[in-house]
Amino acid sequence: MSELLQQIINGVSMGSIYALIALGYTMVYGILRFINFAHGDVFMIGAFVGFFVAPLMVPLVGGSGLAAAVIIMLVSMAACALLGVTIEKLAYRPLRSRPKLTVLITAIGVSLFLEYGGQLVFGPDPKPFPALIPSTMIVNSSFLVLSSNSLVVIGTALGLMLLLRYIVFHTRMGTAMRAVSFDHRAASLMGINIDSVISFTFALGSALAAAAAILYGSIYPSINPLMGLFPGLKAFVAAVLGGIGNLYVAVIGGLIIGLLETLVTGYISPIYRDAISFAVLILILLFRPSGILGRHEAEKV
Amino acid sequence: MRRLTFWLILGTAIALIGLWAGCGGGGNSNEILIGEYSAMTGTTATFGQSTHRGLMMAVDECNAAGGVLGKKIRLLTEDTQSKPEEAATAVTKLITRDGVKAVIGEVSSSRSLAAAPICQANGIPMVSNASTNPEVTKKGDYIFRVCYIDPFQGEVMARFAYNTLGIRKAAILKDIKNDYSIGLAQYFEETFVKLGGQVVATQAYSEGDIDFKAQLTALKSAEPEAVIVPGYYTEAALIVKQARELNMTIPFIGGDGWDSAKLVEIGGQAMNNTFFSTAYTADDPDSIVQNFVTKYTSRYNEKPDAFAALGYDAGLILFDAVRRAGSTDGPALRDALKTTRDVRGVTGSITIDADRNARKPIVIIAVVDGKMTYKETIQP
Repeated sequence: MSELLQQIINGVSMGSIYALIALGYTMVYGILRFINFAHGDVFMIGAFVGFFVAPLMVPLVGGSGLAAAVIIMLVSMAACALLGVTIEKLAYRPLRSRPKLTVLITAIGVSLFLEYGGQLVFGPDPKPFPALIPSTMIVNSSFLVLSSNSLVVIGTALGLMLLLRYIVFHTRMGTAMRAVSFDHRAASLMGINIDSVISFTFALGSALAAAAAILYGSIYPSINPLMGLFPGLKAFVAAVLGGIGNLYVAVIGGLIIGLLETLVTGYISPIYRDAISFAVLILILLFRPSGILGRHEAEKV
Repeated sequence: MRRLTFWLILGTAIALIGLWAGCGGGGNSNEILIGEYSAMTGTTATFGQSTHRGLMMAVDECNAAGGVLGKKIRLLTEDTQSKPEEAATAVTKLITRDGVKAVIGEVSSSRSLAAAPICQANGIPMVSNASTNPEVTKKGDYIFRVCYIDPFQGEVMARFAYNTLGIRKAAILKDIKNDYSIGLAQYFEETFVKLGGQVVATQAYSEGDIDFKAQLTALKSAEPEAVIVPGYYTEAALIVKQARELNMTIPFIGGDGWDSAKLVEIGGQAMNNTFFSTAYTADDPDSIVQNFVTKYTSRYNEKPDAFAALGYDAGLILFDAVRRAGSTDGPALRDALKTTRDVRGVTGSITIDADRNARKPIVIIAVVDGKMTYKETIQP
């Protein structure tokens, strides 16, 4: 029983990171109807920005601590937001009127560019990600161990999701985003600047990926230029699992994938972990292409 | 305009083909081409970088001393990206397109096992620098190595755990996709059980994983006194770090796959109370070792790890064999490698036995206060 509870905590903290990345996929899909496969690599860049900014915190706020962690996360989020907007401007915007497949292949190209460009610039070997907040034991008994790290990850993820919810549902820009996701042309006839809405969406999604990367780096402190590949794919599965294009269910999808992976690893075998995640993707695409919680196909007609 | 573009493209293509053809095909007659396949990038990049640097030093020293057989050694390096399938591709390219006379590599047993059959089939001698799985040299009589093998390493780890640390109940966390890790776990368990110990739980992961809390949580409930992690440094550091977060303060024990400065860089203070076996230590007072450490440090600005030393030694015995063979013919070179006797390398005196393996002493390293410190040497 205590083992199961421990595994669930492990799974939820993994799942909340997947959920943050999945939100980026789902937002871009909601607005542009295409999968931004470079999203996982924006996540990787976020981790490296954190890696390079962290040493600068020592003279500024005296090394590690809450203030340093918050500054590092904000800098990384800002840098990735800028990167996301730039990628969209340079690589996707010129192809917006072309078939979706063209943009998709370009996204894969951008992804490879970031991965291998990253190997060139950062070096191919894994780098140690600094410990931002010293981890302490909150609960420490033979029954259960709960470190502050897990709580910080889950708490920060939850906070960011609530912030996103506020932006999307209670601001003018959020309203514009939802309008564009319904119908580009109608929205632009209503005076919405489509380009700036799309840029904003990329900025928002990329910033969330950067936040996820900082959380990820602080619990798995080994980062390398190819680190975005698997979390990116898993978050993509999570987004599809929930029903891509919908914010709430992307979060639920992330948690389901995180829990599923941890339980499969703990109770069956780690060999099947990735296989089961991707089998879920195939089954969902075959039987419920709009996601387990997505609207039924018939309602769309 | 369109016609101009056409001629431009055609011209570039012809130039590129010319360049490519110029690169291939055996080099000139004053050079001996040696191929190296190595993990320059990917999850075990520091292994590949280290062995490559060690080998480069051996090559440059050999050439500075006039080369072998009156010719200079030229090293061609291919990256395996830490993947077995890339190792096979890299070796095929080195042999069939570049026409190398011998091949050096890899650290990882899985990658060496992928490349060995290709070298054997082409009659090109291969010297593995650090693959310790016994199967590697069983692939054929052209396959050699300069390191010890895992049955010995596993036995030493088990004796160390049982006798020195007094462990009676151990758990194993191994890399299920890696021949080195599976073999080492098996040899550890055999000796440990024979000594009277008990393996209370076994869990698995695969290379590139970053979350091990699920496996560790399962291991913890079996209440072991130590955990054996026969894997590579990246995963080992993350495993120990996450174990400490789950409040597992027991010793963790690894093999030579742990030997990288990154181990303590990634793991930090969490790595205290861990131990691993390896081929060499830079703290060895031996004059050959200290000479190597000084030269390596001044050239690369970092201390050489065991893989740098093994990379250097692999070059050393290969050049020695070429010299004795008097030619770079596959069969002659193979026979010369087979009769390698007492070549003084950085990792000790190297003699190739009947199974084309090297018998070597083992060094135990302990991590104390976030630093790797020499503990003891065990002779074969």
